[in-house]
Amino acid sequence: MFLGKVIGTVWSTKKDENLVGAKFLIVRKLDLDLNEMSDFVVAVDSVGAGEGEVVLVATGSSSRQTHFTQDKPIDAVIMAIVDKLDISIKQLIEDNADE
Amino acid sequence: MEWKLFLGKVIGNVWATKKYPALNSLKLMFVQPMNGEYIKTDEPIIAVDTVGAGPGEIIFYITASEAVIPLPVDMAPVDASIVGIVDTIHNEK
Repeated sequence: MFLGKVIGTVWSTKKDENLVGAKFLIVRKLDLDLNEMSDFVVAVDSVGAGEGEVVLVATGSSSRQTHFTQDKPIDAVIMAIVDKLDISIKQLIEDNADE
Repeated sequence: MEWKLFLGKVIGNVWATKKYPALNSLKLMFVQPMNGEYIKTDEPIIAVDTVGAGPGEIIFYITASEAVIPLPVDMAPVDASIVGIVDTIHNEK
């Protein structure tokens, strides 16, 4: 999964009929300091996320492992809304290569 | 060769109260992927912890739909799961 921030919504009228009822959100990837990166994905919402929220996105075949997305043409799903992050070991792994 | 298990280091926790119902009671951890020489190989990811790993520990994890196999539920939108804690790495190099 990766960390992202919901920055917008996608409306689509003409789409695969399996996707009727899906809520598409635009999610921008975040780094560990919650800075926005340039990558983004369009993900189906399974938890009721809203604009501005920090979320977790599962991608690939795992995103079809919810009751709504099962066997549907979906490859990214929002599966959690983040309350808090705790990065306790911030230094890069290169720094302690001697361990 | 396509690797199926990856090495990483747990660098933090993620709290998420509102999540897909199948994920309730599962622990989410930040993992920094690395190689056998402790060099980071990719951007940090978030993985579900199935073994009780803590920050600072070297672990191995699986990705893609296989990540759901060790979970106690049939279906869950999870694409990375921690499945082991590394005690030592013996590297001939």
